Amino acid sequence: MIVSFIDFFRDRLKATIRWCYVLLAVVAIWGSYFVDNSHAHTAWEKFPFFWSVFGFFACAIIIIGSKWFGHLGIMTREDYYDD
Amino acid sequence: MTSIWNHPAFIMIIGALLLPLFKGSARKPFLLLVPVISFLTVCGLDEGVYGVVNFLDWELTFGRVDRLSQIFGFIMSLMCIVGTLYGLHEERVVDHIAAWLYVAGSLGVIYCGDFLTLFLFWELMAFASVFLVWFRRRPQSLAVGYRYLLVHTAGGLVLLAGFVLRYLETGGDLSFVALDVVNPTPATWMIMIGFILNAAVPPLHSWLPDAYGEASVTGAIFMCAFTTKTAIYALARSCAGFEILIPLGVCMALYGVVYAVLENDCRRLLAWHIISQVGYMVAGVGIGTELAINGACAHAFAHILYKGLLFMGCGSVLYMTGKSKFSDLGGLYKKMPRTFIYTMIGGLSISAFPLFSGFVSKSMIVAAGFESHIMWAAFLLTLASAGTFLHTGLKVPYFIWFGKNNCSEETWEKAQDPPWNMQAAMFCASFLCIFIGCYLPFLYDKLPYANHYHPYNGYHLGESLQILLFTAFGFFLLLKKLAPEPVISIDLDWFYRKGGKVFMWLVKKPIQAIDTAWGCVYKAVGLDGLMLTAKFSGWFDWHGIDGVVDGIARSVRSIGGSVRKLQSGQLQYNILFAATIAAGAIFALVFA
Repeated sequence: MIVSFIDFFRDRLKATIRWCYVLLAVVAIWGSYFVDNSHAHTAWEKFPFFWSVFGFFACAIIIIGSKWFGHLGIMTREDYYDD
Repeated sequence: MTSIWNHPAFIMIIGALLLPLFKGSARKPFLLLVPVISFLTVCGLDEGVYGVVNFLDWELTFGRVDRLSQIFGFIMSLMCIVGTLYGLHEERVVDHIAAWLYVAGSLGVIYCGDFLTLFLFWELMAFASVFLVWFRRRPQSLAVGYRYLLVHTAGGLVLLAGFVLRYLETGGDLSFVALDVVNPTPATWMIMIGFILNAAVPPLHSWLPDAYGEASVTGAIFMCAFTTKTAIYALARSCAGFEILIPLGVCMALYGVVYAVLENDCRRLLAWHIISQVGYMVAGVGIGTELAINGACAHAFAHILYKGLLFMGCGSVLYMTGKSKFSDLGGLYKKMPRTFIYTMIGGLSISAFPLFSGFVSKSMIVAAGFESHIMWAAFLLTLASAGTFLHTGLKVPYFIWFGKNNCSEETWEKAQDPPWNMQAAMFCASFLCIFIGCYLPFLYDKLPYANHYHPYNGYHLGESLQILLFTAFGFFLLLKKLAPEPVISIDLDWFYRKGGKVFMWLVKKPIQAIDTAWGCVYKAVGLDGLMLTAKFSGWFDWHGIDGVVDGIARSVRSIGGSVRKLQSGQLQYNILFAATIAAGAIFALVFA
């Protein structure tokens, strides 16, 4: 059952991706305009889509920054310590 | 707990000692019975102080029960049941004994009331848990275990030094209570350093991915739950409000995330995320407010379950296929669908998705940061939470169960959902992860301080969902950058691993060469010289000393013979000789 459920979405990958974009848009708009932001801790958080942008850039910074750091010589061959 | 004999730790120790007696069909029921008894004992504990034993000049307290120790005791003993269930198929009794003694060490630390007892159980944890690494039984397991043991022994010595200094400072008080963190003394610093080594705070963290990545499949389930969270308990008890812990915790949270990006081994990736998640707890302890301490305890509680679940999921893949590297896996959802679902639940929990356990625990620490106006810490911890979802919620499931199929034919053939007991353990942990996220009183009623935090409000939901979903968006956009690479990442353990090699080189090459050369010199010069000296001594003894002694003896004998001849027995001759000698003497006296 689990496999057929997953295959259902994989067989309709384009439509699934399209619905995911819709979901992203709905969450971003709902979180920015339809939620009481009086709980915000800073003024920045009151900008629309602040947390959407934060999430996206956090992900991008982590991936790109970490890979850059790794390629400075941190990532090395698996038998590095076996010499 | 009325005596040390119904202490949860002693139940585990006695159970471990009796375990070899239970063989065949009696073993599995006994394996489940002991952790259940220990858990029920924990549940039945009333607040108070028990098991006080006088030892020499000290008063050792084995059972101090309060709300702080109870929440940790509850989750540790619960996790012991889940972990034992997961490893129920394990035939080798020593694996279970090591795991139970390790749990006993953790429970002993949690319920102890003085530093001496703490040290005893602290070391029991280190020495029992190293076997969980060695019991992977690979050639490299031995070296990894020794590294783990050496690091923890060094940490234990720092801790002991801190206790000794504390003993001198206080005039003999070793109570395990809150230390003065506003005016820390060398003792406070050393105790804190001893604790944060076990919490894997950088730069004292490298032992964790090293050991947890190498531990046995079942051993890793125990290891990921007990050492770091026991350290968090110790820090929360003694170092709450120690401000240095805030930057250290934030660094930890980010450090683990960065290294997780580079990691190719799924269990090592999860180990890096332990460092990241424990960073939240360390920062929470550093903030030190009631909300922050509640958050640290809640997050430790939730973390033990979801991290155990994640290790169980990846451990199942390793157990069934023999592989744990992303570059050897992929596309397994058709072969191991249930394991995928359980691991996904763990991933969503650690990522703090609404309705999962991380959502109700992690946000308490971030909220405490905001409430204490430590904005930089709160924002950086939020940044790290995006990284958590990126790796544990997306990277791990994607590259094991979806993505490019890197499985060899053999791996693909072997892959299937694991035995019933492993699935049952994962089901229990999954259920608890969701239950904690949905039914708040289960966790919040156990917190050390009264709780006024409500995670389910519109703003928090909107904030979390936006961060998580846009992180997922970024993940799929940058998917190619995350493709697994068969590499390892150099970390701070480089210093002692390479340093150890340099030491070994020094011992094997120059020091050995000097020793060999000295041996030759000794043989050529020293030994021959010694023989020459010995010969001379022999000659001198024989011809010199013995000659003098023998000569004197011969002279005495000769004089004796002459005197004997003089004393003929005739009185007139004797008088003649005596008078002659007397005349000679007088002559010499007068004319000399």
